Amino acid sequence: MNFSELFKQTNQLCRLSPDGKYLATCVQYRLVVRDVNTLQILHLYTCLDQVLHMEWSSDSLFILCAMYKRGLVQVWSLEQPDWHCKIDEGSIGLVSSRWSPDGRHVLNTTEFHLRVTVWSLCNKSVSYIKYPKACQKGMDFSADGRYMALAERRECKDYISVFVCDDWHLLRHFETETQDLAGVEWSPNGCVLAVWDTCLEYKVLLYSLDGRLLSTYSAYEWSLGIKTIAWSPSSQFLAISSYDEKVRILNHITWKKIAEFEHPANISSTKAVVYREVEKCPVVVSEDLSSSQITVSSSLFNTQSKYEICQLPVQVAVLKPDPDRANPKVGVSLLAFSANSRYLATKNGCFQVLSLLWHCSGDSLILLGKEQLCLCYMETEEQK
Amino acid sequence: MPESSQENMDGPYNSYRLTPLLRRYTQSTNFYSPLKAFCTDENMAECISFLNEEMSLLGFPLLCPESGASRGLDVVALLNSMHALVQQHRQVLRTVENLETEQLRAASDMEYQQLSHARLKEQFELAKRENGRLQERERQLHMNIKSLQNCIKNEKEEVQKLQNIRASRAAHYSHDKKRKEREYQKLKEHLNQVLVDRKDKKQAIEILNCVGRSDGKRSQWKTRKSESRHESEMYKILLNELENRQKELMTENAELRKVLQQMKKEMVGILGPKRSSLGEPRCERSADQESASEGEGDCDPGQKAIEVSCEHAREELTNSIRQQWRKIKHHVEKLDCQVSLVQVVQVESEAASNETNDQEMGRLKLEVQQCKEFIHTQQQLLQQQLISPCEEETASLLKDCYVLEEKERFKEQRRIFEEQRKNFASERQNFTEAAIRLGHERKMFEEDRATWLKHHFLNLTFTDHVTHIPKSPGLPAEYVEPDPKTLLSPVTFSDAGSVKSSATADFHQALLPQSRF
Repeated sequence: MNFSELFKQTNQLCRLSPDGKYLATCVQYRLVVRDVNTLQILHLYTCLDQVLHMEWSSDSLFILCAMYKRGLVQVWSLEQPDWHCKIDEGSIGLVSSRWSPDGRHVLNTTEFHLRVTVWSLCNKSVSYIKYPKACQKGMDFSADGRYMALAERRECKDYISVFVCDDWHLLRHFETETQDLAGVEWSPNGCVLAVWDTCLEYKVLLYSLDGRLLSTYSAYEWSLGIKTIAWSPSSQFLAISSYDEKVRILNHITWKKIAEFEHPANISSTKAVVYREVEKCPVVVSEDLSSSQITVSSSLFNTQSKYEICQLPVQVAVLKPDPDRANPKVGVSLLAFSANSRYLATKNGCFQVLSLLWHCSGDSLILLGKEQLCLCYMETEEQK
Repeated sequence: MPESSQENMDGPYNSYRLTPLLRRYTQSTNFYSPLKAFCTDENMAECISFLNEEMSLLGFPLLCPESGASRGLDVVALLNSMHALVQQHRQVLRTVENLETEQLRAASDMEYQQLSHARLKEQFELAKRENGRLQERERQLHMNIKSLQNCIKNEKEEVQKLQNIRASRAAHYSHDKKRKEREYQKLKEHLNQVLVDRKDKKQAIEILNCVGRSDGKRSQWKTRKSESRHESEMYKILLNELENRQKELMTENAELRKVLQQMKKEMVGILGPKRSSLGEPRCERSADQESASEGEGDCDPGQKAIEVSCEHAREELTNSIRQQWRKIKHHVEKLDCQVSLVQVVQVESEAASNETNDQEMGRLKLEVQQCKEFIHTQQQLLQQQLISPCEEETASLLKDCYVLEEKERFKEQRRIFEEQRKNFASERQNFTEAAIRLGHERKMFEEDRATWLKHHFLNLTFTDHVTHIPKSPGLPAEYVEPDPKTLLSPVTFSDAGSVKSSATADFHQALLPQSRF
């Protein structure tokens, strides 16, 4: 494997374009666009303030740079470097900014979630959406980019509005039976909307595209509930991970639980394979399932590490969370389905894994920690 | 003296004086002690009167009559009375003995009773103590129970209380939250209003020029029609999804039903030949009927589809499968029993056969695995062929690549062929030149011959000219052409230029003797 030279960036703002041809990085208030193959700088843009969020449009023609402190959003074009666009939210402030799926509208969430402003780059028009909800995931676009679901809260009740992204026409607006809606997520086929409640109540509601309630699922009461959910790419399964260290899978025909996966501290199931990273340098031997904890500051090239398969049963180190603090680091916090819906990767407990991402072929998985990353390759049938 | 008789009299009535009684009596009566003599010489008369009195009191005849002043005793009376007294005495002794034995018996009984009484008393005491202990324990346990019940009650009350507290707190918090939320909402509204009204820092967009839409179309007005269009699109999407799902489910259903049918057939097959041995003809008939009916269903998939939706048919299928499965299970259990009975005897042979069986199984499994892999790869290739939409170039390339080897071979062959053709052409050229040269030489030779003939003829005309003209004996045999006239005629003696025009003729002719070269 070859490595390029080091490039500067700030705020972990480093994104590849959706078509895979360009690499955009932000260094303080500059936006640098490079060619992916040669890493030559193609364009250099200067923003008005330090960029806190950067996003490519879906057709890789525009880049959005958001500067929350000043309430500004600047949009740059790759085809015409002279083209510029500046959106000033004024004194109303800016908390988050993102593209719409067609790459021609910018959605800005103002401070205190007062409203969502939809700016159109095609005709300079503005639309306002009032009462957006500030929660874990209040806005979601369907996979084909046609519809947007937005969680709203008025008069102590939760509502969901479904907009048609074409012209921002409000298609449906309905109340949800949640106490405090925490998030919405479209299924990959765009027909079902999964809505989950706050972690104080375990409740998942499934709504059809036209606003009908299809089903409700609640595994237990009183204890802390759902952490996150994930749809399988074929829309056949919905995985729900919760604070009780279990993942429950619902099927899309009856919306009943068909599987339940546990994460016990003592792994003794004969079907499990446990990989432990063993490092040769004389420091802490980390004991993880497949990712390493934060280790020494020695450089990547000096530390030799390999993975060995542990004999069952294996005791996984468990950190007891502080019961007095809110949002304990307990439970399954990350879920990821592989592209062919064959595998489900989960992260339980307080392991320092920040993200799990599958390769599009579904054969390999990348685990990103704070300072390290690890690639896991699944055994394919030819290799058996 | 009468005291002793008094004691004697009291003895039998006094039940507490047991043992000394007989002794006293026998002592006092049988033992005659002369020291204590009752009658002496002096007091004989008094004694007689006293005894008389006593005898009369006792009911015996008098010892001496009253009237007699003489001291003459009635000896007969005296003897009778003595005898009577002795008899009485004996009787008394007997009675006393009886009484004694009775008394002894009674005494031993009493002792026994006393002993048992004592024992029972002890037992009673023990039992009382035990009872007391048990009662104490029971009391303690009751106390315990009471205290535990109290505890439970207290706990329940506490739980209830806590739940009430929790519920009330939850209500309070939610109420509070709602209130705060409303307040927050008001603040937000107010803030919104203030910020919107502020003129100094207004929100605006500065854009150099408008960008076209991503799909290239023009944006449309928002009208009722567009709204209804959105609605219809949304419903179309939902319908498509539902239809797809229904199709998938139908195919899955059909496959599963096929599997079930197959399973049922196999089960019937397994059970069929054996059932005749078991002697259940009725079941077989019914099974056959069922399979026949199902077979009819199988023949027509369209009909099957309709049958499928009929609940009756579904129930029939599942019921029949359950029946067959039960029969198989029963059969297998029977076989298992038989096997376990036989197994004890045939352990070794079974082990050996098991080994061979295992080997066989292993081999078969390997074969099956290989076949499966082969089928899988075939399927994959087939799918690739069918599914992947190739472009024409790639399709043609693909088609080409199959015959690439042949093409290469053909190219090679063509090249060789071309080479050979060139060779042939050059050879032909050579031969043409050779033939031309030959022709020239021939011409020359002919001219020479002609001149020689002429000379000869001229020389010979005077001698014998008739025989030489048609034949030319000077020519060697190889130069005798099949058609010497055609050779001679184009080779004119005068015109050398015409040789060229006849070169091709020469060439053709020259080709013929080439084989001889």
